[in-house]
Amino acid sequence: MFGYIIRRILIMIPTLIAISIVIFTIINLPPGDYFSTYIAELQSQGEAADLVKIQFLMQQYGFDRPLWEQYLYWVGGLLQGDMGYSFAYNLPVTQVVGDRLFLTFVVSFMTIVFTYVVAFPIGVYSATHQYHWSDHLLTLFGFLGLATPSFLLALVLLYFANVYLGISIGGLMDPQYVDQPWTLPKILSVWEHLWIPVIVIGTAGTAGMIRRLRANLLDELQKQYVVTARAKGLHPLRLLLKYPLRMALNPFISDIGSLLPHVISGAVIVSVVMSLPTTGPMLLEALRSQDMYLAGSFLLFMAFMTVIGVFLSDLALAALDPRIRMQTGRTR
Amino acid sequence: MSDLTFAPGGSPRDPANDVPRAAPEPLAHYISRAPFDPYAVEGMTPAQERFYRASQWRMVWWKLCRHRIAVLSGAILLAMYVALPFCEFLAPYDLDTRNTDFIYAPPQRVHVFFDGHLVAPYVLGFDYRLDMNRLARVYTPNPSKRQTLRFFCRGDEYALWGLFPGSLHFACPAQAGQLFLLGTDRLGRDLLSRIIYGARVSLTVGLIGVAVSFTLGIVIGGIAGYYGGWTDILIQRVMEVIQSFPHLPLWMALSAVLPVTWSPLLVYFGITLILGMIEWIHLARAVRSKLLALREEDFCTAAVLMGARPARIIGRHLLPSFMSHLIASATLVIPSMILGETALSFLGLGLRPPMTSWGVLLNEAQNINVVALYPWLMFPVVSVVITVLAFNFLGDGLRDAADPYH
Repeated sequence: MFGYIIRRILIMIPTLIAISIVIFTIINLPPGDYFSTYIAELQSQGEAADLVKIQFLMQQYGFDRPLWEQYLYWVGGLLQGDMGYSFAYNLPVTQVVGDRLFLTFVVSFMTIVFTYVVAFPIGVYSATHQYHWSDHLLTLFGFLGLATPSFLLALVLLYFANVYLGISIGGLMDPQYVDQPWTLPKILSVWEHLWIPVIVIGTAGTAGMIRRLRANLLDELQKQYVVTARAKGLHPLRLLLKYPLRMALNPFISDIGSLLPHVISGAVIVSVVMSLPTTGPMLLEALRSQDMYLAGSFLLFMAFMTVIGVFLSDLALAALDPRIRMQTGRTR
Repeated sequence: MSDLTFAPGGSPRDPANDVPRAAPEPLAHYISRAPFDPYAVEGMTPAQERFYRASQWRMVWWKLCRHRIAVLSGAILLAMYVALPFCEFLAPYDLDTRNTDFIYAPPQRVHVFFDGHLVAPYVLGFDYRLDMNRLARVYTPNPSKRQTLRFFCRGDEYALWGLFPGSLHFACPAQAGQLFLLGTDRLGRDLLSRIIYGARVSLTVGLIGVAVSFTLGIVIGGIAGYYGGWTDILIQRVMEVIQSFPHLPLWMALSAVLPVTWSPLLVYFGITLILGMIEWIHLARAVRSKLLALREEDFCTAAVLMGARPARIIGRHLLPSFMSHLIASATLVIPSMILGETALSFLGLGLRPPMTSWGVLLNEAQNINVVALYPWLMFPVVSVVITVLAFNFLGDGLRDAADPYH
């Protein structure tokens, strides 16, 4: 197991390096940089730019150097906890971001918990009652959940939550707690607001998960060892729990690799609609204004979360299934 | 015992009661006059023959036909795509016709009964009042303003495919009347017409994007699967890196890179390219895993021994054997592209007006007030959901049918 973890971490490092290179390339793709646009803008308005400060920033972040040096500066800074400088806000990125990274993590984590808690029983039920009318109904709901754009669901749920339940529109907490230190009432308020985004973001993933679990379990249920166990007179519930379900669980756990990017993607658009204080709206803003360090750190954070999530799911898988521990590769 | 004789099928005769019988009539022989056919047992009726000799594609088709919902979805999609070139004719209004007197007008209902009699379809004209208390426009249908619809009529001028001037529409409002079956937006533009025009972009984004990712997926997946070894490992790492990006933020970043100065058409192609550039991974994975298994087959070795080059082996011998699987997975990729375009345009990072897609239309329905006050602005979502559902069902059916020998 220990050897496996080491191997797995060694694989992760080049992946992370490649990801950071890709992100750096993307945020440098637009012609010009923030400073040239900024200076041009100020000059067109007839104002003298604060050239000294701009000079300082340009030097600090190596804008006068070749690209690969800029990249090294950026990554080096990241490793020391310096996420760069947000030019639009005139603040270090770390200060601009504030709680957002943490809240993004909370929302994503809760969404995944929601997905698992909902998808697991429904998937098992749907597989054991194949072609029953309830299975058809659940399948239809699953497809609908996959096909409905999450922002629509967000708008509709927001509307009903506001009209019938009186929860304040948008945000992750009641307005009086914004920018306040974390206290118990604030945490409770976040908890109260959390369920709408979690349901909205989780729906598509849950639907997909139900379908996959159902398919996996159906494959297992047809195998001979199930027939044998049934012929022996094993109790149906015990039979289900002891053999086929355990086999069908593997893809269920490794699925987190495909689930996480979905959850984070969904979180971006939903948080824009619901104006959640997560990374989504700020990323959109940063991309629009070419605030490259801000956008870059958000993108990197999201990709990083995915990679770590996949890593953890691989570990869980290896703990569950000795066959995987013995190989280097992954089962997906 | 030795004098006991056995007649075939009869009981042993008792010699004491032996009574000689008359010689039995010779059995009537049946002689078939037909020429002898040693393969008669293996022969098949024409119906069987048709079944056993059917090509793979025909069997895929038969198997698909058993999946009713998939066939229905296919029919709906076919109707949608066939209608695309004739948007100008099908839409009651032009894309940009502004009815300034009917801003945010609610959907009108089509009535076919009047006083309990079946009459030609008609809609009710609006009475308009500005509610100063709520500062809202109030439209009430007025039963006395009956406006009978016209069919195959002259309406807004248009240029079909930008080439042929025309003004023929399938349905038009009565003279000096209105026809807003799905209501109007903030400029008084008919939403139904805009949805019909928007289908052009929204439905083709998926097709072009899937063509891009299909090509990329086959070429890259083919190289990885056929050569194996280091090439395979390298390509797999690259795919893993791309896959660990959440799609939407990556799409957002890439489409933010598209220059603002580009024409709408260029932006459109840029967006489809971006969508296709990321989604190819699913297809590449499918191609790779199939190729890894298939390249060990005898027919592949035979082709290699006869001196065929890799491109020919992959294209001529390997790909056709799982083309049906590929098409099925491609069908399942299209909906995610349509949803991707919708999401991007909804956020304002994708297509921009004057280009009209369903996502662009939904851009106006971004805040909660709209949902509360003008819920009909959400109608484009219905078309998105129907399209995506139909593609999902069709893809599901195709995937089941892709391997007809099981």
